[in-house]
Parts: sequence; C-alpha cells; structure tokens
Amino acid sequence: MASATTTKGAAGRGSLNAILFYVFLVLFVLVSLFPLLWVFRMSIVTKSDLLTSPVVTLAAPPVGTSYSTVFGNPDFIQALQNSVIVAGTTTVICLFFGSICAYSIARLRFRFKNSIMTVILAISFFPAVAIIAPLFIQFTAVGIINTYWSMIIPDVVFALPLTIWILVAFFRELPRDLEEAAKVDGATTLQAFRKVIVPLAAPGVFTTAILTFIHAWNEFLFANTFTFDAAHYPVTVVIPNFATTYTTDYGAQAAGAVIVTVPLVILVLIFQRRIVSGLTAGAVKG
Amino acid sequence: MTSSDRENVSSVRSAEKTRRGGWFREEFGNPERRLAYYMILPALLIILIIAFFPIMYSVVLSVTDSTVTASGSFVGVENYVEMFKNPDFLEGLKNTVIFTVASVTLEFVLGLGIALAINRAFRGRGLVRAAVLVPWAFPTVISAVMWRLMFQDQIGVIDAVANGLGIISEPILSDSTLLLIGCILVDTWKTTPFMALLLLAGLQTIPGEVYEAARVDGANVMQRFFRITMPLLKGTILVAVLFRTLDAYRVYDLFWVLSGQQLESLSTFVFKAVRISQLLFAQGNAASIFVFVSSFLIALVFIKVFGMQTSTEE
Repeated sequence: MASATTTKGAAGRGSLNAILFYVFLVLFVLVSLFPLLWVFRMSIVTKSDLLTSPVVTLAAPPVGTSYSTVFGNPDFIQALQNSVIVAGTTTVICLFFGSICAYSIARLRFRFKNSIMTVILAISFFPAVAIIAPLFIQFTAVGIINTYWSMIIPDVVFALPLTIWILVAFFRELPRDLEEAAKVDGATTLQAFRKVIVPLAAPGVFTTAILTFIHAWNEFLFANTFTFDAAHYPVTVVIPNFATTYTTDYGAQAAGAVIVTVPLVILVLIFQRRIVSGLTAGAVKG
Repeated sequence: MTSSDRENVSSVRSAEKTRRGGWFREEFGNPERRLAYYMILPALLIILIIAFFPIMYSVVLSVTDSTVTASGSFVGVENYVEMFKNPDFLEGLKNTVIFTVASVTLEFVLGLGIALAINRAFRGRGLVRAAVLVPWAFPTVISAVMWRLMFQDQIGVIDAVANGLGIISEPILSDSTLLLIGCILVDTWKTTPFMALLLLAGLQTIPGEVYEAARVDGANVMQRFFRITMPLLKGTILVAVLFRTLDAYRVYDLFWVLSGQQLESLSTFVFKAVRISQLLFAQGNAASIFVFVSSFLIALVFIKVFGMQTSTEE
C-alpha cells in the first residue's frame, strides 16, 4: 500500500511505469485479501500443525476437522439462522418504507424536501451507542428485550437512511417520460409508482437490498446489548465468543470466521459493479 | 436533483409571495403534495421515534440517579462530574481520540494515493474493485477475529514475523499500546479501500480537459495536484473524511473483539454501563450524551469551518 504515492505520478507511459503500476496493484490486492486467505489456511490444518509454527501451517495438508467441529455446534447453526432472519426482516422492512419515501423525494414536488433529506442524513452520522441505554429500558418495559425485534427495530432505523439515500439516487436516474405517459393514460401517482417505477427500478432496488442486508448482517452493538442467550444471538455475537468456547482450538475459530464471510464475499464478487455505484451514489454529487 | 429541485425552489418562492400561511394551504391543499408527505411520513416517524426520542430520554436519565430497573431523582450534573473523574472513561476518551485521528489520517492519505493511482483505464479493474470491496463487506467483528488470530502468540503469523524481526518483545494481545496500534492498523486495512473508492468516484467527476489546459499552460504535477485536484475534490474529501471520522469516533466492535474486551473506548464504556457494571448506568447515560454532543460538534465543524456542503443542497 505504501507504494501508492510513488506510482501516482506515473501516467502509464513506458513499460517501467506499467510494471510498477501492476506491482502496486498486485500488492494492494494481496494486502486486501491476505487475512481472509491466511485464516482460511488456518481453518484447514490440524490443531498440532497449527500450534507448531506459521511456516508449518502454510505447508500442512488440508483437513476438514475444524469445519465439522463448527457445524456440529448447534449454537452456531442457530446463530446463522438468527442472522438470516434478522437481516432478512430488516431488509424487507427498509425496502418497503424506504422505496415509498425515496420515490416521494425523487419525484414529487413539495416544500420541505431538503430539510427532510438532512434529517435522514443526520441519522447516518448518529452514534448508535448513544441510544442503547434508553432503548434497553424501553425494550425491557415493552417485553421485547432478547427477541429478534430488539435487533430488527434499531437495525431498521440505522439502515433506513442508507436505503433511502441510495434509492433516491436510483429513482432520479429513471426516465420521467414513462411515468408521465402512464399518468396521461389515467394512472394515479401510486399506480405509476407500482406499475412503472418499481419494475424499472428493480436492479437498483436489488442493489439496495444487498447493501441493506450486509449492513444488518454485520451489526454487532445492538445484538450484543439486547440479546442474552444462544437462541437469539446472531453470528456476529457467537463468533467472537468462540474465543472462550474453543479456547485453544484456533482452527475452529478460523473456520467460523470463514463460513460467515464466504456468502458476503460471493455477493460482493457477483455484484461488485452495482455495489460500487450504489455506495458512491450518495456520497458524490453527480 | 437538478431539475426537480429547481422546480421545487421556484414553487417555494411563489409560495412565499403569498401571504403568511399561504404555503401551508399550498402544501396540503394540493393532493399531489399531500400524497408526497404521506409517503414520507412512515419512514420519518420510524426514525424520529426510535432515534430522536431515546436521545431525549437519555438526556433525562443522565441527570438523574436512575438504574436499569428503577427511575431515580434529579441529581443535576453529578453524573457528568463523576464520569470525568472516572479513569476508565478518561482512558476510553484518550484511546478513542488517538484511534480516530490516527486511523482517519492514515486512511485518507493511503486512500487518496490509491485513488490517484487507479484513476485510469487498465486491465483487471474489476478484480481490483472486488478486492477493494472484500474487506469492506466483512463484519467488523469477523475481521477483528481474523486479525486476532494472526496477532495471537504461538500461532499468529504477524506475531511470528514481528518476533522474528525483533519489533516486539511481548505478546501483542497482552500489551495495551500494541493493541491500540493493532486496532488502528486493522481499521486502516478495512476502510482504506472504501475511502479510495469514494475519492475515486470524486476524481472521475473532474473533466480531463481541465488537466490538459493546465498542462498546456505549463503547470507541473504538483501544481496540478494542489491547484486542480484538491480544490475540485474538496467536497468529496470532506464528506468521506467526516463520515469516517464519526464512524471511527464511535468505535466499539473492533476494540471489544480484537482486544478481548480489554481496550477501553467511549462506546465500550457505555456498553459496560448498560450490560456489565450497572452501578455505572447513570454515568453511562452521561457518556452517551457526551458522545452524541461531541459527534454533533465534529459534524458542525466540518460544515461551518471547512464549508462542507450537505449534499441535498444545490
């Protein structure tokens, strides 16, 4: 990564520059991926090979014992299921309210648009930790502490601004003419939204869904604060606890980490172009 | 945002010409506008009820001697005074500030360098973009688990290399300074690519002709960088740096997991007050408000002092 500044002046002219540029790229990609690759390697060696030395770890023959340990742990399976439920429900709720709100902001005319966008943006700058104490008391009072809802509700609040922001950017890119045509043909605003915009915006909505899902899947603070038992822990709480469950079974800890990241890595590899456009949509004025 | 906002602005102006209260009739008398508000209302209500209402409640809790189970009586600023005397809080504040300044600086410098380097057409662009996104997509706690395994003595590759080179004399995971440095490095690893991505998107909005014109006029590389790139990129830089600063300032996951719950930050202090040592509950609420107000002030500095545009405005 340090070579970034040295190649910055090179404009790609000359073969030396080109070589330096690609050396930099390879280094950059390696540094980015190294922890995942190394931990994957750790997850497929025997316990004794792992404890001998990192050099031995690198050369040892692959075994699957760590994975059978982790998959044999009912708490881990339960946690995967909990994470899917919490992140999935959060995504559905965010998309439902977010797309309605975003359409209104992107397409309809009204006075307080800027103020409303600022309020929504303010939430993404809001420190989540500032509300865990009051929410803990309120969730206890209404009896939803240590349930999926105690994670879904705050997750929705912090994912919703992201959802709205990205969807507004996507909706603004859609051609206006089609909706106007639909309205001329007698469709109401809501019909135009449902029958014209939603199908056209499907790729953008899908990208937003992925980003919202990743956001909720990765959440840790609320989950660690509002849940107390293995029946409700998501993976982000269970995997760090492996450090105490499998004290010296580092291979099992590594296997757990790999299993949780693989779906994300696959999502990112397939949808990287869309994810980048979604992520940068809100941050850069076009 | 261009055409719709301009129409929006002009309609607002015409509304202002009418007598006071005229805008209200214009907003809610018009069925399309009424519908617009109805469509926004649910999302806005969710945000206001779940985020802003608890903050108000937290302010109340922070000036009483409440516990998790019982509401207490008014004690004024006592919790804040106690909090500032608490060595754990001060340690958390110190670590949080060091972490935020160091990691955001590193991420910005490296991110800008990378963005400048890859701001061109080249083979393998997709691969680089994917590699950039992988660390970003990881849950922070999982990357903390992974790095903790690499920092671990006996088995960790980084521990082995650092020992071999004689950089460290004791296990990384049992030294609080090394842990803080570790957290800064892991955060830099995880978010530099994201920073680079945002800055790259900003760079791509600068038209190439601007550079051509400067080159024709005899500007050298440094002049082009400081006179063209930096000013034109300022908006993007401010958004990206503010976003990262506030994110780093509320660090919790990384400290909690990488240090095995040893390293204190502002957020871990609040968490412990809620879940672990509930005698500190009132101080935890004071710390919540401290985090909230200081985050707000940081954002204010970016907007007022550095002149950051909130991106909803033209």
